[in-house]
Amino acid sequence: MADFRDVWVYLSATPLLHLTLTLMAFQAGNWLYRRSGLNPILNPVLVAILILISVLMVTGTKYETYFAGAQFVHFLLGPATVALAIPLYRQFAHVRRSAAAILASLLVGSVTAATSAVGIAWIMGADRLSVISIAPKSVTAPVAMGLAKQLGGLPSLTAILVILTGIVGAMVGPLLLNLLRVRDWQARGFAIGIASHGIGTARALQVNEVAGAFSGLAMGLNAIATSILLPLAWKLVFG
Amino acid sequence: MLNSLTLIFFCQLMGELTVTAFGLSLPGPVLGMMLLFAVLLWRGGVPRELAQVGDALLSNLSLLFVPAGVGIMAHFGLLRHDWFPLSVAILCSTLATIAVTSGTMVAINRLQAPRPAGTRDSGDESDG
Repeated sequence: MADFRDVWVYLSATPLLHLTLTLMAFQAGNWLYRRSGLNPILNPVLVAILILISVLMVTGTKYETYFAGAQFVHFLLGPATVALAIPLYRQFAHVRRSAAAILASLLVGSVTAATSAVGIAWIMGADRLSVISIAPKSVTAPVAMGLAKQLGGLPSLTAILVILTGIVGAMVGPLLLNLLRVRDWQARGFAIGIASHGIGTARALQVNEVAGAFSGLAMGLNAIATSILLPLAWKLVFG
Repeated sequence: MLNSLTLIFFCQLMGELTVTAFGLSLPGPVLGMMLLFAVLLWRGGVPRELAQVGDALLSNLSLLFVPAGVGIMAHFGLLRHDWFPLSVAILCSTLATIAVTSGTMVAINRLQAPRPAGTRDSGDESDG
């Protein structure tokens, strides 16, 4: 029988090891999330990231070595972003019905999400890299990471900030909307979708179908609006 | 299945090429998404096969940002320095966005309502 070390050397040289580890960590995260009754704080992605970082640190593996395997999963981000057109198309009928309200809320929400995050982080003395990385925090992760890369931020930090934003929106958003006495399911869903993308949408869907549909619509539209507006505004202000 | 996958990859490729060729500032895949959206509008529906491929990609969307997220391990120093401003920014900005967005939508719906606001049943699914 081969020495364990030989097996390890062989395994760590193929992309299969870290690819499999990534899938297993995510499955573990999913399992925990379901066991908790879909509690947003036990986000499967965050759990998977924590597990993987622990494994890499314990085994002394460099991120580059890990990514050589995990890049096959990472690659699918682009095609998945393109595929977002499908749910957007399915929800698009809603846009025609109340175009003015949707367009106005989209613009106001998209601008508020980016400027308030950048403003607060900057005033509180965050590093320039952090300020750039938080700008697209309300946009769905695949698009936000693309934007972070485009602006010169850290896509990895953006991924984490996007997920945390989603968790905050999903957990605190409905309470805030109750406090503000917003009872219209369309407005509730749309606001949650603009502020907290897919994680908020998943929560909205659990509560009300109309809210879920408007949340999904808002997420798709905000991805497009922020992708167009944010780089232009960035060039104007910091260019 | 292969047709739909090809269409999706083709849209992304076109998006990336256009962005590079014209020096546009939006991410290539987002332009690809807009292209696919245009194709769907033009066709007037989502072909079943494309829906299957798309749903398969999207049903596990969150798995796809795990590898990039692990990259944070190279930036623990930055996190240690900035965790507080970033946390405050996330909390306040997310709440502000929800308040402002819902407020805008409610206000415009009220302006457009044919009858006085008091008689309108919000939460109603009917047009108007």
